[in-house]
Amino acid sequence: MAVNENRRDFLGMALGGFTAVGGIISLGAMKASWDPLPSVKAAGFTTIDISGAKAGQLNVEKWRGKPIFVLKKTPDMKPHDRDIVIGKDRFHISIGLCTHLGCIPSYFPKKSEFICACHGGIFDVNGEVVKAPPPSPLVIPPFRLDGSKLVLGEEGDEYKKLKAAGLVA
Amino acid sequence: MANFEKAKSLGDWMNQRLGLDTVMRVMAYEYWIPKNINFLWAMGMILAMMFGVMLVSGIFLLMYYKPDAALAFDSVNYTIMTEVGYGWLWRHVHGVAASVVFLVIYIHMFTGIYYGSYKKGREMIWITGMLLFVTFSAEAFSGYMLPWGQMSYWAGMVITNLFSFGSLELNGVVEWIRGDYVPGDAFILRFFMLHVLLLPLAIMALIGLHFGALRIPHVNNQDGEEIDFDEAAKLYKEGKKKESKVIPFHPVFLSKDVFVMGVFLIFFFYLVFYHYGFALDPVNFDPADGLKTPAHIYPEWYFLWSYEILRPFSKDIGLIAFGFAQVAFFLLPFLDKSPNAVPASRRGLFNIWFWVMLVDMIVLSVMGKLPPEGAWNVIGLLSALTFIGLWIALPIITKLEKKV
Repeated sequence: MAVNENRRDFLGMALGGFTAVGGIISLGAMKASWDPLPSVKAAGFTTIDISGAKAGQLNVEKWRGKPIFVLKKTPDMKPHDRDIVIGKDRFHISIGLCTHLGCIPSYFPKKSEFICACHGGIFDVNGEVVKAPPPSPLVIPPFRLDGSKLVLGEEGDEYKKLKAAGLVA
Repeated sequence: MANFEKAKSLGDWMNQRLGLDTVMRVMAYEYWIPKNINFLWAMGMILAMMFGVMLVSGIFLLMYYKPDAALAFDSVNYTIMTEVGYGWLWRHVHGVAASVVFLVIYIHMFTGIYYGSYKKGREMIWITGMLLFVTFSAEAFSGYMLPWGQMSYWAGMVITNLFSFGSLELNGVVEWIRGDYVPGDAFILRFFMLHVLLLPLAIMALIGLHFGALRIPHVNNQDGEEIDFDEAAKLYKEGKKKESKVIPFHPVFLSKDVFVMGVFLIFFFYLVFYHYGFALDPVNFDPADGLKTPAHIYPEWYFLWSYEILRPFSKDIGLIAFGFAQVAFFLLPFLDKSPNAVPASRRGLFNIWFWVMLVDMIVLSVMGKLPPEGAWNVIGLLSALTFIGLWIALPIITKLEKKV
């Protein structure tokens, strides 16, 4: 009977193996079903005009459903490597979500600080962390400069420079 | 073919085909429950009943709810609350039940911890119970997303961000979970699916397993006494009900359960009709807005203790502490090295451990609700460290414990 049992083992393994392969492949399909849809990804580019910004006043734009901080720096705010320079103007531009868990920090112009109410994180006007829990500065979104316009979602030369210097996040 | 005889009655006809007598004997008439227990042993049946209440109220909500970012808020707050006949009742029952279920779960858990009901063959009851706690938590969270108010949106944002796993920066995983860069249509629909189908299925399977895991080791009792169930059952069946230490699950034990369930339901419907507000956060009556975080966000009360373990630390350490808090309770049967399965009051140091843990979790919950400022930060940090310290101390103090 030993021969028969081997045959049964083989059938069992063949069936099990075949089922396992099918199962693993279908996991790939399930994973792909949860990916962001092409239409969602295609809508991920936004052009904003920042020429009208007033110094020291925070503007909040929207890109990929996320708030984008645009702050034209006043002359008494120190220049910083993360600044985006357009002509003589220096801008701080970042995704307005706390790098801790994603709440929107509020801007306090008198203190020149972004303070997150959720877990008490504080950022300065350059998006650098002043007080934990956030582990890293506010993220600079991928952008391309187009005159005084900013195309969010595209990686332009200025963005690539900042990225190479490790300054975007 | 099996031999079937002409049935004497409908019951007999069914019994020949389904073996109902055997099922009822094993699971009810001769499922022996110790007499030496108190009302805390009724929490399991209350939870089973509350799952039924959630299912029925949920079915009625499901008929008008629209899982769509543009329509969800109004389908709940306008259609269900103002147009649907008794729609408000289903919503208040569903919301209040979700909150109260966690209160009963915590009582159920701490009863188990106090009486040592996770040891000596009862480990699987504890583990399946903890799996139920996790699936109930996921069920509560996914349900909280559905009204699509400000708290839904921002809780969804913060909780899904946990899956970037701190400095690992797995933002792709977060976007995969959301199906978008931020919570939106895809997010609502998949959490809707989880809430009304996949998670309830898992909960039902786990309730079956949890109940089944109790059948062989039997219910524990107030003194941790090892009962000889065969002998006690024999006495009971001989009519010596007074001398026997056990009663049958049905009808005797259940009738006691039903009494506790009745008392509980008075409390429950009092909340539903007069104090439903605690389960419905006012901030969630503002529609979701991705460009405005509410001034102060916090989870529902039953998640506050684990939230407060996350909050006082820097991001990575906070996540590790949070992860630790989620798995620590699973390991309880293996971290408790003592051979004693008796009430905590007789276990020396463990008794102190139990009460400190209970108080610490209450302190954590209170701190989790308060804004992260000044002294609250310090108390929050100390109680989070106490929580972690208690779990590290557990194997040591239980190892030192003398056999009673």
